Amino acid sequence: MTHLPVLPILIPLIAGALLILLYDLPLWLQRVISIASTLSLLGLALALGSRVGEAGHLVYALGSWAPPFGIVLVPDRLSVLMLTLTAVLALFAVIYASRNDDEAGAHFHALFQFQLMGLNGAFLTGDLFNLFVFFEVLLIASYALLLHGGGPARSRAGLHYVILNLIGSALFIIAVGILYGVTGTLNMADLAVRISEAPPADLPLIQAASLIFLVVFGVKAALLPLLFWLPRAYTVAAAPVAALFAIMTKVGVYAMLRVFPLVFALNTPLVDTLAWQWLWPLALATLVLGGIGVLGATSLRNMTAYMVIVSAGTLMATLALGSSQAIAAGLFYLVHSTLMTAAFFLFADLIARQRGEAGDHMVVTSAMKDRRTLGILFFLGAIAFAGLPPFSGFISKIWILESSLAEGASGSLWPILLGAGLLMLIALSRAGSKFFWRQSGERPHELRADRVRFGVVCVMLLTSVALSIQAQPLMDYLSATAASLQDPGQYVETVMNTTRSLKEAH
Amino acid sequence: MTLLSVVLLPLIGALLVPLLARARSPLIPAIASGIVTLAALSLLLLQAPTVLSGELITSEWAWIPSIGLSIAFRLDALALFFATLITGMGLLIILYAHFYFAGKPGAGRFYALMLAFMGAMLGIVTSENLLFMLIFWEMTSLVSFVLIGFHSDQRPARRGARMTLVITGGGGLALMAGIVLMGSIVGSFNLTDILAAGDELRAHAHYPLILTLVLLGAMTKSAQFPFHLWLPNAMTAPTPVSAYLHSATMVKAGIFLLARLHPALADTDAWLYSVSTVGMATLLTGAFIAMFKHDTKELLAYSTVSHLGLITLLMGLGTATALVAGLFHLLNHALFKAPLFMMAGAVEKATGTRDMRRINGLWRHMPLLTIMSAITAASMAGLPLFNGYLSKKMFFIESLDANVISPLNWLTPVLAAIAGLFSAAYSFRIFHNVFFNGQPRELPVWPPRKPALGIQLPIILLAAGCLFVGWQAEGIVHGLIRAMATASSGVKAPAYDMGQLHHVGPAFYMSLAALIGGLILYALRERLFELYDQLPPADAREIFEWLMTRAGNGAERFVHALENGSVQRYIALIILTAIIMAGPVLANVVWYGAKPMTPADPLTILGAILMMATAFGVVLGHRNRLFALLLLGSAGLFVTLTFARFSAPDLALTQLSVEVIAVIIMMLALSFLPQTTPVESSRLRRSRDSIIAVLGGLGTGLVSFAIMTRPQDSISDFFLEQSVPGGGGSNVVNVILVDFRGFDTLGEITVLGIAAVAVFALTRNLQLKHRIPNERDQYWASNPHPLILRTMARPILPIALMVSAYIFLRGHNMPGGGFIAGLITVVALSLQYMAGGLAWAHDRMLTSFRPLIGGGILLACLTGLGSLFMGLEFLTSWFGHYELPVLGHIELATALLFDLGVFTTVVGATMLILANLGKLMTVNGPGEEIG
Repeated sequence: MTHLPVLPILIPLIAGALLILLYDLPLWLQRVISIASTLSLLGLALALGSRVGEAGHLVYALGSWAPPFGIVLVPDRLSVLMLTLTAVLALFAVIYASRNDDEAGAHFHALFQFQLMGLNGAFLTGDLFNLFVFFEVLLIASYALLLHGGGPARSRAGLHYVILNLIGSALFIIAVGILYGVTGTLNMADLAVRISEAPPADLPLIQAASLIFLVVFGVKAALLPLLFWLPRAYTVAAAPVAALFAIMTKVGVYAMLRVFPLVFALNTPLVDTLAWQWLWPLALATLVLGGIGVLGATSLRNMTAYMVIVSAGTLMATLALGSSQAIAAGLFYLVHSTLMTAAFFLFADLIARQRGEAGDHMVVTSAMKDRRTLGILFFLGAIAFAGLPPFSGFISKIWILESSLAEGASGSLWPILLGAGLLMLIALSRAGSKFFWRQSGERPHELRADRVRFGVVCVMLLTSVALSIQAQPLMDYLSATAASLQDPGQYVETVMNTTRSLKEAH
Repeated sequence: MTLLSVVLLPLIGALLVPLLARARSPLIPAIASGIVTLAALSLLLLQAPTVLSGELITSEWAWIPSIGLSIAFRLDALALFFATLITGMGLLIILYAHFYFAGKPGAGRFYALMLAFMGAMLGIVTSENLLFMLIFWEMTSLVSFVLIGFHSDQRPARRGARMTLVITGGGGLALMAGIVLMGSIVGSFNLTDILAAGDELRAHAHYPLILTLVLLGAMTKSAQFPFHLWLPNAMTAPTPVSAYLHSATMVKAGIFLLARLHPALADTDAWLYSVSTVGMATLLTGAFIAMFKHDTKELLAYSTVSHLGLITLLMGLGTATALVAGLFHLLNHALFKAPLFMMAGAVEKATGTRDMRRINGLWRHMPLLTIMSAITAASMAGLPLFNGYLSKKMFFIESLDANVISPLNWLTPVLAAIAGLFSAAYSFRIFHNVFFNGQPRELPVWPPRKPALGIQLPIILLAAGCLFVGWQAEGIVHGLIRAMATASSGVKAPAYDMGQLHHVGPAFYMSLAALIGGLILYALRERLFELYDQLPPADAREIFEWLMTRAGNGAERFVHALENGSVQRYIALIILTAIIMAGPVLANVVWYGAKPMTPADPLTILGAILMMATAFGVVLGHRNRLFALLLLGSAGLFVTLTFARFSAPDLALTQLSVEVIAVIIMMLALSFLPQTTPVESSRLRRSRDSIIAVLGGLGTGLVSFAIMTRPQDSISDFFLEQSVPGGGGSNVVNVILVDFRGFDTLGEITVLGIAAVAVFALTRNLQLKHRIPNERDQYWASNPHPLILRTMARPILPIALMVSAYIFLRGHNMPGGGFIAGLITVVALSLQYMAGGLAWAHDRMLTSFRPLIGGGILLACLTGLGSLFMGLEFLTSWFGHYELPVLGHIELATALLFDLGVFTTVVGATMLILANLGKLMTVNGPGEEIG
C-alpha cells in the first residue's frame, strides 16, 4: 500500500494550513516552508511518474471505501504530466515571488500552497464531484492570489474573474446533478460504464450534461466565447501569480481530456461525441481571436494574456482532432506553451521594473539599465514563443501540423495556426523594437534586474531548449498517455476492480 | 562528423567571440572569427575532391524520429559550392569588416552575429533533412533581422529590420507548411527520399499547394517580386552585412532551395509558368528601378533584386542548359556584386555619403578602387571578356530557346534584352557617377579619406576572381558548374556547348543591343530622372509601416469591441452558449419519467408559491437593494422549509444557519454600497437578458423535473446500508460528510478557510473613502447598539454555545454535526458583535481567528493521517464502543475528531470574515489587524 497518490494534495494543504496557523512566522521562514513544499511536490510527481510508468493507473481509495462508493484518486500518465508541470512552474513562480512580491499582501505563501493543493487534487481525482470540490479550491485560491497586492484594477478584474467562474461552478453542479440523477453515481469509471449502458431515453440528458461540462471546462480553458474574464485578470495579476496562472487554463483542458474520453466516449470514438464536434470550430475561433488580440495588445502583459488565448486555441484545436497522435502533439504543446507564457509574464515584469512609470506599456521611454541583456532575453523568448527553432515551440508546431494532416483537417487548421504565428511575429517584433531599440533621450533608468529573477526567466527558457533536445523521450511518454486516454477501458477496469471495502480493511 | 563540425564551428565561434570582444585590441575578435571561418573552409575544401568526383557524403544522427527530424547532413557539388561561397566570402567580409568597423564600438557583436549567420547558412546548404534545414532557414531570418537593425537608434534601420522579418518570417512559415506536406506524402523528410519521389509528388493532388508554399518560402527569401521590397530597405544594415547577407549569401538561399528541390518539384507547367514569370517580373522591376536610385547601396540592392530574378527565371525554364546558365550566373553575381557593395561602403567611409548626386570624380582620390570597380562594374554590365558577359549571354541564348507560351515566345528574349539594357545602364552609372562625372559636390567629409589598403584587399581579390572566371570560363563551366547542375537535377548534366558563346548569333546581337542601349540610356539619364520623379511616389517602407499600424489599431479596436469590460455581456455569453449547446439536445428529452408524482398537500403548494413569489420579488425589486436582500433571505428560508418538509433535517439546519450568516455578511457589504441600483441598461437589453434568464431557468427546471420523475438507482443505497456497520453512525448525512466523502469535506473547509484568509488579506490595508452611505438614516437604525439587543445577547451566548455543543456531539447519529454546530456558534458570537460593537466584543473575546482555521484544517488532516499508521488509506475511519463508569455506553470515533476540525475551521473562517468586514464599518477601524 503506497500513499504516494494522496501526498501531492496533502503536502501543500498541510503547508498552507501551517502557514495560517502560525500566521506571524517571519517571512523568510514562510518562504522556506513554501519552497520546500513545492520542491517536494516535484519529487513526488517524479516518484509517481515511475509508478504509473509501470502500472498505467494507480487507484487510491480514500477512507478505504471501494469505488464507486468512496472517493478515489486515480493517478495516471496524464495526471503525472500535469503534476510535474505544475510543480516545475510553481517552483519558478515561488522563487520569483520570494524576492519581494510576496510582501505586497498577506499570506501569499499560504494561498500559493492552497492553490497548488487545488490544482493537484483536480489532476488526481477520479470522482466527478470531488473534481468540483478541487475546482472550488483552486478558484477561490486563485481569486485570492489575483487580488494579491491590491489596487482598483485588480479588484475590478478579480470581480469579473470570480463572478464568471462562479457561474461556471454553478453550471458544473447542474451538470453533475444531471449525471447523478441519471446514473446514480459520481465515480468517473462507474459513470463511464453506466453511461455506455444507458437506455436511449436517457441519452439526451447525458448529452446535455456533457455539453454543459464543455461550457464549464471551456470557461476555465479560455474557449471563445467564454474567455472574457481572462485578458484583464492576467494583465493585472502580480507577475508570479500570472506565471502560475499559465497552468490555470490548462486545468480546463485537462478536465476535458479526463472527462470526455472516459465518461462520454467509452464505446464511441471521441471525435463523434457532441462536445468534440463543438470544440473544433470554437477552438479555431479562439485561436483567431488570440492572434488578433496579440497584435492589438497595448502592453506586454496584455500581449502575453492574449498569447495564453492563442495557446489555448491551438491546444484545443489540436485536441479536437481527436486522434492519438493529435492528443500527444497537443500535450507536448501544452507543456511548451505553459512554460513559455509563464516565462513571458515574469519577463514582462523584469522589463516593467526598469521602465519607471511606463511599465510594460508599449510606449517609448528612456533606456533600461539592462537593455542589452534583457534585449537578448526578449529576442530568445520571442523566438521561443513564436514557435521558431531551436525552442520547443518549433518542434511542437511541426508535430501539430503533421498530426492534423493525418486527420485531414489541415485545410482549416494550417492557415489559422500559421497565420496566428505570423501575427505573433509582427506583434513581437514591434514590441521588441519599441522596448529595446527606441528610447527617448532621457537618462537611463538606474534599476538593475534582480539576479534571481533574471536567473529564473533564463532557466525557464533553457527548459524549453532542453525540451527540444530531449523531445523524443517526452514524446514517447506523451504518445503512451494519449493512447491510454484513447482507450479508457483499462482505466475503468483498474478502478472497478479495486474491491477493498471497509470490512476487509478493518 | 566533418559536416557537423563545419556547421558547428561558426556557431560555437558566435558564442565565444563576444567574450573576446572585451579584449583590448579590436584585432582579436576579428582574428578569432577569421580562424573559425578558415577552419570551416579548409574542412570543406578537403572534401572537394571526393565530392567533385560525383560522390555524395552524408551523415545522420537520430534526434526526434516521431516527427521525422534528424540531424542529417549531405554534401554534393551543389552544397559544396554554396558552402565554399559562404565561408570564402565570409572570410573576405571579416577582413573587410575589420577595417570598416575600425575603432567603432559594436564590432564584437557584429562578428558574433556574422558567425551565427554563417553557421546557419552552412546548415541550410548542407542539411539532408528538410526539417533540420528549416531550423537554419528560420535562423537566418532572425539573425538578418538583428543585423539589419544593427544601428537600432535609427528609425529606417528598425523599420527595415521589422519588414524583413515579417516578409522572410512569413515565407518561412509557408515553407514549413510545404515541407511538412512533402514529408508526409513521401514518408520521410530526408532529401534523398524526397528527391527520389519527384514523380509521386508531382502526381499528388496537393502538388500545386506544395509548390505554392515552397515557392513562397524561396521567393520571400530571395527577394522576388513582389516580396523584393524588403531588400532595398535592408540596406540600412552596415555595409559588410549588405555585401554578405544581401548580395552573396542569404538572398541566394531561396535560389539554392529551388535548385535543391528541382528533381522533386520541377518539370511541370506549373513550375515553369510560376517560377519563370516571377523571375521575369523581378528581373524587369529590379533593373528598371535600380537605374533611378541615387543611393549607391540602394542601386546595388535593386540590381541584386534584378539579378536574382534573372537566376530564378533560368531555374524556372528548367532545362539542363538553363540550370547551368543560372548556376554560372549565380557564381558571377557573387563575384561582382559583393565587391561593388564593399566599394560603396569604402566610399561612404571616405566621403560620408552614399548619394551619387554628390559623390563624383573620385578617381583622383582612390585610383586603385577605381580600377577594381571598373572590372566588377564591367562584369555586371556584361562587357565582353568578363565573366558576367558569358553568363548573361547564356541567359540570352536560353531566352531565345524558351518555350513558355508558344505564340508569345518572342516576348521572352525581348524582355530579356530590355532588362539587359537597363542592367548595362545602371552598371555604367554606378561606376561613372562615383569615379568620374565631374567634381564632388558638398561632401560631408572633404577631402575624401584615402581608403586603407586592407579595406580594398577583398575587393581586389574578388575583382581578380571575376577576371579569372572570365578567363577560365570553359574549365569552370565544364567542371564545377556541370557537377553542380548534375547534383541539382539529379541526372548527369550534358556538357555545355561553350562554342555558342563565341558565335556571332542572335544572342550576340542582343548583348550588343543591351550595351549600346544601356550607354544611350545612361547618356539620357538627367531627362529620365525628371520623368521618374513625376511618377507617383511610393515608399514601400512607409506603406508597410502604415499597413502594420493600421493592422495593430484595427486589431486593438476589434478586441476592445468584443472585450468591452461589461461583465453582464460576459455572463450572457456563457449562459447563451450553454443554452445554444444543450438546448437542441434537450428537445428530445422524455420529460415525464416513470415515477409517480408525490401527492401535493395545500401547505406544500402554498410554500412553493411563496418561494416563487420571493424569487420573483428579488428580480422585480432588485433596485432597492436592502429589500432584495431581505427577500433573498426569505427565499432561503423557504428552501429550508422545503428540506424540512421532505425529511432532510440536516440540510434544513445547515441551510438555515448558512442563510443567517450569508444575510449578515451581505448586510455588512451592503452598508458600503449605494442603497439603490440605478437604471443603466436599455429596455432592449433588459428584454434580451430576461429572455436568456427565462430560457436558462426553464431549461434547468425542466431537466430537474425530468430527473426527479425518473426511478433512482444510485450509490446512496450503499451509504444507507453501510452507515452504521461501516461508518459507526446512524446519521447517514453526517457519515457521508465525515467518512464516505470526508475528502470532499476536507476540500470544502479548505475553500472556506481560503475565502476567509482572502477577505483578511484584502481588507487588511483597505481604507474606504466613503464608508458611510448617504441615505443611511432611511434604512439603518440610528442607534447602532440598542439596549434591548445588548441585554438579550449576553444570556443567549452560553445557551447558544451549549446548543452548539449538543448539536456537534450528537451529529454522528442524529441531525447535527460540526458544520452546523460551527455555524450556530458563529451566529451566537456575531450577535455579540452586533449588540455591543466591535471594540466591545474584542475586549472580551479571543480574537485570533486564523489559528482556528489553520488548526482546524490541520486537525482534520492529522485525523486522516492517523490511518496511515495502520497501513490504511488516508481518512479511513475507526470507531469503537465502550462502557465507561458514570457515562455509561459511549462510542468513540475518529470521525468526531475530523468533525471537530470542521467545526473549528467553520468558526474561525466565518468569524474572520465577519470581524474584518465589520472592521471596515468602524469609524477609523480598530487600527490593528483582526484575526
